[in-house]
Amino acid sequence: MAQAQRIMTLDGNEAAASVAYRTNEVIAIYPITPSSPMGEFSDEWASRQMRNIWGTVPQVTEMQSEGGASGAVHGALQAGALTTTFTASQGLLLMIPNMYKIAGELTAFCMHVTARTLATHALSIFGDHSDVMACRQTGFALLCSGSVQEAHDMACIGQAATLRSRVPFLHFFDGFRTSHEVSKIMMLSDEDLHHMISNDAVKAHRERALTPDRPRLRGTAQNPDVFFQAREACNRFYDVCPGIVQEVMDQFAARVGRAYRLFDYVGAPDAERVIIMMGSGAETAHETVEHLVAQGEKVGLLKVRLYRPFSLSHFVASLPKTTKAIAVLDRTKEPGALGEPLYLDVLGAFSEAKFTGNLPFAQDPRVIAGRYGLSSKEFTPAMVKAVLDELSKKSPKQHFTVGIIDDVTHLSLEVDDSFDIEGKDTVRAVFFGLGADGTVGANKNSIKIIGEETDNHAQGYFVYDSKKSGAMTISHLRFGPRYIRPPYLISKASFVACHQFVFIEKYDVLSYAAPGAVFLLNSPYSADEVWDHLPYEIQEQIIAKKLRFFVIDGYQVAKDTGMGTRVNTIMQTCFFAISGVLEREEAIAKIKGTIQKTYGKKGEEVVKRNFAAVDETLSHLHEVKVPAKPTATMHQLPIVAQDAPEFVKNLVAPMMAFKGDLLPVSAFPVDGTFETATTQYEKRNIALDIPIWDPAVCIQCNKCALVCPHAAIRSKVYDPSLLGEAPESFRSIDYKGREYKGLKFTIQVAPEDCTGCKLCVNVCPAKDKANPKHKAINMEPQLPIREREQANYSFFLALPDPDRASIERINVKMSQFFRPLFEYSGACAGCGETPYVKLLSQLFGDRLLIGNATGCSSIYGANLPTTPYCKDDSGRGPAWNNSLFEDNAEFGFGFRLAVDKHIEQAGELVAKLGSQIGDNLVAELLSADQTSEAGLRAQRERVAALKKKLAGIDSPEARRLDLLADYLVKKSVWMLGGDGWAYDIGYGGLDHVFSMQRDVNVLVLDTEVYSNTGGQASKSTPIGAAAKFAAAGKSVGKKDLGLMAMNYGHVYVASVAFGAKDNHTVQAFLEAESYRGPSLIIAYSHCIAHGYDLSFGLSQQELAVNSGIWPLYRYDPRRVAQGEPPLVLDSAPGKASVGEYMRNETRFRMVEKMNPERFRQLSILAAEASVRRVALYDHMAKLTVPKGNGAKPAGADEQNA
Amino acid sequence: MDLSTSYLGFNLPHPFMPGASPLADNMDSVRKLEDAGASAIIMRSLFEEQLIAEGLATAQSMDGPAESFAEALSYLPTPDDFVLGPDEYLEQIRKIKQAVSIPVIASLNGVTRGGWLDYARQMQEAGADALELNVYHVATDPDETGETVVQRTVDMVAAVKKAATVPVAVKLSPFYGSLPNVAKRLDAVKVDGLVLFNRFYQPDINVEDLEVVSDLTLSNSGALLMRLRWLAILAGRLQADLAVTGGVHTSLDAIKAVMCGASSVQMVSALLTNGPRHLARIRQEVAEWLEKHEYESLKQMQGSMSLLKCPDPRAFERANYMHILQSWQSA
Repeated sequence: MAQAQRIMTLDGNEAAASVAYRTNEVIAIYPITPSSPMGEFSDEWASRQMRNIWGTVPQVTEMQSEGGASGAVHGALQAGALTTTFTASQGLLLMIPNMYKIAGELTAFCMHVTARTLATHALSIFGDHSDVMACRQTGFALLCSGSVQEAHDMACIGQAATLRSRVPFLHFFDGFRTSHEVSKIMMLSDEDLHHMISNDAVKAHRERALTPDRPRLRGTAQNPDVFFQAREACNRFYDVCPGIVQEVMDQFAARVGRAYRLFDYVGAPDAERVIIMMGSGAETAHETVEHLVAQGEKVGLLKVRLYRPFSLSHFVASLPKTTKAIAVLDRTKEPGALGEPLYLDVLGAFSEAKFTGNLPFAQDPRVIAGRYGLSSKEFTPAMVKAVLDELSKKSPKQHFTVGIIDDVTHLSLEVDDSFDIEGKDTVRAVFFGLGADGTVGANKNSIKIIGEETDNHAQGYFVYDSKKSGAMTISHLRFGPRYIRPPYLISKASFVACHQFVFIEKYDVLSYAAPGAVFLLNSPYSADEVWDHLPYEIQEQIIAKKLRFFVIDGYQVAKDTGMGTRVNTIMQTCFFAISGVLEREEAIAKIKGTIQKTYGKKGEEVVKRNFAAVDETLSHLHEVKVPAKPTATMHQLPIVAQDAPEFVKNLVAPMMAFKGDLLPVSAFPVDGTFETATTQYEKRNIALDIPIWDPAVCIQCNKCALVCPHAAIRSKVYDPSLLGEAPESFRSIDYKGREYKGLKFTIQVAPEDCTGCKLCVNVCPAKDKANPKHKAINMEPQLPIREREQANYSFFLALPDPDRASIERINVKMSQFFRPLFEYSGACAGCGETPYVKLLSQLFGDRLLIGNATGCSSIYGANLPTTPYCKDDSGRGPAWNNSLFEDNAEFGFGFRLAVDKHIEQAGELVAKLGSQIGDNLVAELLSADQTSEAGLRAQRERVAALKKKLAGIDSPEARRLDLLADYLVKKSVWMLGGDGWAYDIGYGGLDHVFSMQRDVNVLVLDTEVYSNTGGQASKSTPIGAAAKFAAAGKSVGKKDLGLMAMNYGHVYVASVAFGAKDNHTVQAFLEAESYRGPSLIIAYSHCIAHGYDLSFGLSQQELAVNSGIWPLYRYDPRRVAQGEPPLVLDSAPGKASVGEYMRNETRFRMVEKMNPERFRQLSILAAEASVRRVALYDHMAKLTVPKGNGAKPAGADEQNA
Repeated sequence: MDLSTSYLGFNLPHPFMPGASPLADNMDSVRKLEDAGASAIIMRSLFEEQLIAEGLATAQSMDGPAESFAEALSYLPTPDDFVLGPDEYLEQIRKIKQAVSIPVIASLNGVTRGGWLDYARQMQEAGADALELNVYHVATDPDETGETVVQRTVDMVAAVKKAATVPVAVKLSPFYGSLPNVAKRLDAVKVDGLVLFNRFYQPDINVEDLEVVSDLTLSNSGALLMRLRWLAILAGRLQADLAVTGGVHTSLDAIKAVMCGASSVQMVSALLTNGPRHLARIRQEVAEWLEKHEYESLKQMQGSMSLLKCPDPRAFERANYMHILQSWQSA
């Protein structure tokens, strides 16, 4: 044994990356959830000049895609560097082509994968083995970890084994469950790693490098004469690989004391029923089997660690000879296969063992197959027991699922949820918080305190909801004297804390509480008053479960100590005070220690306020005297309103109530198709203050409605006679313009959907002349006016939308009379992207097809439970799909190909049926002017007339035309995505689509960073900005995507920023859509990743434009035909300084604070670059190009070019 | 001509120096100032209020969205050396100290007692030869008395003086019920210099947008007159040295300020407008003026026009006001 091992509490990603970083020289990555933190840790360590075990700082490089990362890895390996990468899911799939090459060349390489669900009927960021299972055939060794400690250990074993065996390794562990679980582990020292990594093997790796000093060549093309034999030449390496891995594991055990086997058996030596599985689920089975064995049951578990190469001999030798029945559990699904991969391997292994006379069992065991845990579905001891119980049956289900209710194919096992095996000596605590209140961060600190400052073991796992604003977090913390194994959520907690009082109105927070548990509630009501403010369901559980009930007015303490809404350290102090894990004074000292560590870098004041909050806490913490009986007449609020559609009540509402796990298979569509327009039922009430309109001050510009990211403030014009039924508080005023003379006008907030971001107030230009601080829109506390505004908003929604055809000149003001068909999304409060998406839905929503690249816009666009895209009164609205991250341009292009084909065929059929339809109607249908709303409506009426005619025509053509007639009304095809897609991973496809001449529209929501995965640099990241993988400040300028597209000549390109010039944005959208060729709009989108208060997002946009950092322009190929320059520069820089713009955002300020001189240089470069860019545009804007270069009409493109 | 002066205990070849301003923000400009013969460098003020606000805002913008969404537990990198606080300023002190041989005076505007003390200490440790405490207080609270404001300033200065080993000047605003009393009380706690006066940010109004617009406008010689009066009133009555800042644009302005008692003549607007070389010109012209008028040295005229020494002290007192008012009425 080496010296005493260092203990740390960290998550699986850090645990694996710690080894990978220290044992490699080159790291090429691309961010993808849930593996991104491994790359980020590496980048952070490299930027801190942390060295690997050979004393050098690894080179960490972010590529443009996983395909790119794997190419770079392959190259680095070929050139002899010790190289690694991290990835998951679809990213892993993009690496497969290179994985074949790397394996075919017998290259020592260990990559680390957070196993994640592959997108099928839906995307999921969570964990299962479907990605890893797609790599079985590549020739990679597959090595599995089931816990944070194992992720650390196997990272070492995989690296050591690949160097010795030359077989490349894919080390994987379960996404989120292991990658994001925080746990106390024993760390491997540099010496341990040196001990494990063979110098000779490293030398051999180096010597295999391609170098002109010893020229050799790989990557030949081989012919039928030799390929086969050459492919077989690697066999011996695979034959010996399992043995090498076991040797490495043995060497590891001898060094650090933790022993692993290729197949690790746990349970009764004479077990009759055995489960075979791998990953974190095996830890649950481990714990359950031990529990049952202690009760005398003859059960066992075989954990598969080295899945490929699959060692038959090690496998059969690992199972008890007494085994009679085996359940093989796979965390993946292969529809159409005889069974999932591990099951088939086990069957194959037994068959082969039997054929070769090596089957050790007294009798052939019965083998059954189960699926569990897809997309991180919970896998609990009760489920393990259900599987083992199934094995006891005479006729068990040959194929089953566990963890869901399958009421369609009836594959699921019944599970007795009351089965609980968790030890009494473990403290189990569950905390409900809001993302923004800091609960998770404080809990992570608590785990560190307990894990690293006491002898206790500690574990934390954090569940986030799918919203980016007002998101609920649930923290699951376990502490105790013994090793903590459970990789599943806590269901019976000894401590339940609810950090937000509003949660108890809706959510069943006490369902987590075990009898006799402590319940801590952050309550605006005192210990004497709180009881009367609890709903019946909460009172009832407090009494029935005999809970000890504590309250603190954390909001007040936070307010008094200048903490705003951050109640995290206050609630953390309460937890330590009540739980008694540490002595109070010691706990407070430790909490303050972590505060200093966490916030020290943000300045003394932040630390001081947190300290004050901690010091003020205990005097505000009180135990509540619980009455003997529930006294409440008030009940918890229904999740959705009574008048919600059935599918919302039955399918959406349970998901919203965090009870989606209970929904059976039959509740779901079979192909992932979902209804739109469901966010309207969510009513999240997350804003403390909401905007209220003052008609007397309003100038009716509609800017507030335009900038609202959540379509939560809207305007309408309507006939005065409709006001008869209006609530008394409904505000209305005469419409001021000529367009709707005599009508009434109203601006109305959606009080329960508003996020309180204040963009509308900040954009409002109208001020009360006598009291300019009072605007036409003013924030007011939501709670006192919620009901009043609910009534007003309901009335407002019921007012008819203005006739689209009545709007002739579309500008900012008029555009806002179109109903938003994208509403109340889960985007961040103050989001800079969604106003564009909403505008798109207003202008073209009733004929809009959207292909959406994966990213923020796909997540707030369609992350269940609810969908923000919605329908107008005629039932029309955006149709939407997300294919992948990398292929969105091609995907949207496919929409266009299909729609064009439909239009073409419809036209052909109309012409063919001409005489029966009527010549006039045919002529009108085929030559309709659909460039205005009036024209579109006329065409819709013609199509309706056509359908009527068709009903009377009895021919196959008429029936075919029935299905295609609607395509005669113009459809608008848009591709949406962020800069990660458009500038990086999807650029190749985007470029190809530009090179075509189809009528497609691309909207790039440019936040200049990978926002959805947490702020990694993209090629759009501007010079001087700090981002992950560019922490020192990016030194290369932003790629000029617009200029690249203009280069084609036939692409419409616009650069817009609605905060700087909103009418320009509207104009660009209209022009792009009307242009019958490819169009690109690059839309400046302020983002939380820029690091400032987004209520200032619009003024930052203005600064970006006025400083020249973000020039506004429109490049319209149609202008060429008119003898005009195609490019019009729509902004004049020089009205603000680049420095002024940069200093307002933490992403730039960070660079200045770290290295003022570097910042100065970069900001000079940024200013110079923007001057050069504007000068170039200016020059182009004066350039008249010869005519005849415009786009051809759609359909006349050169497909075969 | 001997232009030497003594300010904050430094024997300087002449009293002309750049006042607290962005002039010392970059090293090129600092070197140019030294080349132009500046007798000291005064750095712009470190604003504690701004440090606090930035810390809180950054904490909010970075920590607020963090740990809320499964795919993005943070949105910005957290490099070790990203530390908010006075580091840039302290680093600039070090750099200037390395680059020049003249005294470097750091300037501080605090809002908390802890801030005044702590940053003063850190500035001294970073190598500042002296400190200029920039007391920049706009009274808006009707419940706060003038006495409270003054006493707070005096206490703060006393505390900093106790803690600092380098000389400490205080830069005052002209708005006190009795400036001489304030000066006397500061003198009593051993302040080394008084700088007259702070130039407040003077907010303007945009009448179209109904917005308050903050912009710092450059001074002109007209701003000097008020300073001359108070220099004259205080000169010769304090242990502390007097400095003038605000309104010195020409050599005659400078001569007047010295005659009223200034040991240090600080210029900002003049240098921003005319460049650092302007300082050398002023120095040259003052020397020529003194020679032409047969002065022995600059010290000879220092304070010559103070209340204590000038031929008609009443002119600096109430009569001055009366007289001009009357002459205007009779015109």
